[in-house]
Amino acid sequence: MPTRVLVPSGVLGLGFDRGALARGVAMKPDIIAIDGGSTDSGPFSLGAGQSKYARAATKSEWRELMLARAVAGVPLVIGTAGTCGADQTVDWMYDITRELAAELGQTLRVARLYSSQPAVRVVSAMAQGRLTPLPPAPEVTPEGLAAMTNIVALAGAEQVQEALRTGADIIIAGRTTDTATIAALPLMRGDHAGAAWHGAKIAECGALCSTNPTSGVIVVDFDENGFTVEAMHETALCTPHSVSAHMLYENTDPFILYEPGGHLDVTGARYRALDARRVRVEGSKWVPGPYTVKLEGAKVAGYQTTIMAVLRSRHYVAHAKAWVEKLTSYLNGAIGARMGLSAQDYTLEFRLIGVDSALGGQENRAGDPVEVGVLGIVTARTQEEAAEIGKLINPFVLHYPLTEDEELPTFAFPYSPATTDRGALYEFALNHVMALDNPMDAFRLVVTEVGA
Amino acid sequence: MTRLGDQVLKVRSKNAGPFWVTIDVFCGSETAYKAVVGKLASDRVAALFHADLAAVKRFDIADLHVIKFSIPRPVVQGSRWDRDMHGAQWACLLEELELEP
Repeated sequence: MPTRVLVPSGVLGLGFDRGALARGVAMKPDIIAIDGGSTDSGPFSLGAGQSKYARAATKSEWRELMLARAVAGVPLVIGTAGTCGADQTVDWMYDITRELAAELGQTLRVARLYSSQPAVRVVSAMAQGRLTPLPPAPEVTPEGLAAMTNIVALAGAEQVQEALRTGADIIIAGRTTDTATIAALPLMRGDHAGAAWHGAKIAECGALCSTNPTSGVIVVDFDENGFTVEAMHETALCTPHSVSAHMLYENTDPFILYEPGGHLDVTGARYRALDARRVRVEGSKWVPGPYTVKLEGAKVAGYQTTIMAVLRSRHYVAHAKAWVEKLTSYLNGAIGARMGLSAQDYTLEFRLIGVDSALGGQENRAGDPVEVGVLGIVTARTQEEAAEIGKLINPFVLHYPLTEDEELPTFAFPYSPATTDRGALYEFALNHVMALDNPMDAFRLVVTEVGA
Repeated sequence: MTRLGDQVLKVRSKNAGPFWVTIDVFCGSETAYKAVVGKLASDRVAALFHADLAAVKRFDIADLHVIKFSIPRPVVQGSRWDRDMHGAQWACLLEELELEP
């Protein structure tokens, strides 16, 4: 059965064009699906179990989507709610939904799909040989798994379908693959499986697959042979080039996409312009495989304190690298002597902004900067220890001379105190898949009625 | 000598998950694609990013006039030694690479 999916934007919190959303709703979609996150901004969200986007931004956009859902009378699904899709951020999104339901006078059935994994489940999967590393994967041990602050599994279409079968008006899903919320309904209704996943990948970033990426809203029509994609903003055109080029995006292999239960192969896909706005795609293939779900995990890798100084003097700018090497070696000695810490206990790193701070050892250009920013990063076992190291190094970052026979310099500190405590440093600690007998084995569904 | 960035429409890079960075060279036309595809040896690209050649994935996509490289990150995104959370500045190195004659 043909299925029409409305995708309001690539992620909730980044905005979409209101007129385009209204046009999308007027096209009578069968479902509205939006993504709520990704790993793209780093490990903090998953590590801390917090949304990256402001609650106010999320709530104001979710309000518009809840109103659009009421008009369309179809399910509204968000995947990877709250940036990381951990249980805490699903509940955060659920709270926002309850508030809005009350404010808008809507009575709703809400299904929450939880993706967080207790460490013991992953430990036993490892013992049973159900955990497979994907290169390049970090080492995992039972102790390491137990120490992770959050582990999530990426749900696929099956778990979203299970949530749809509850008859929910709104589905708040924890971590899902970027494509699962879009592919779920077309697959459930028997549309072409290769097209369902391919169309979902094309639409997962909203209008990024069109000529006006920031306009957000996309509609995809799925059927038994392929899919057709159209952007809803008047000036946004989907062309065979803009659509096919999207397979390159954030994807190591532009022809293959792994999902739970198989992979998509678009090697044979053909992209055809139906008119100036719409593209028809056929020939994508779904290749079934073992049922595995990808895992993501984050752990605390230490606590950080930073310090920033700016060198403006020509002498120090010209010799910034030599200065910072000498300073680092002096400070490591001082930290060892005064705090009794050794190299295993902490790290101290200075990055030279204006020299090579973005690329480090890969940098192959040298310039003649006016000034050089010196960003000092201390990572230690506790915040107290990192803060103490920060205070210890502070006077030297301000006054350390390049040579012994020169007057003490004083560099520019941009603020007081010169040090900033950053809290925990989180790191991604899993790049693995876990085999499941039943797709729901690692996920749970909770259905409640909310609103008036 | 000419730089790659002067011959093509755009070079962009981005994380592909926390463990990889992927770099797309959008040539913009068949002429530009044909002019550069043979002058971008994979071993030079690997060396540019201090990567092991065997781990670099390369896709020459003539239909799209795109050359794509995917490279395992030397440090995982957001870990202690990472300097570029989104991997988006990696593109600059490739953009500035001087093409072989």
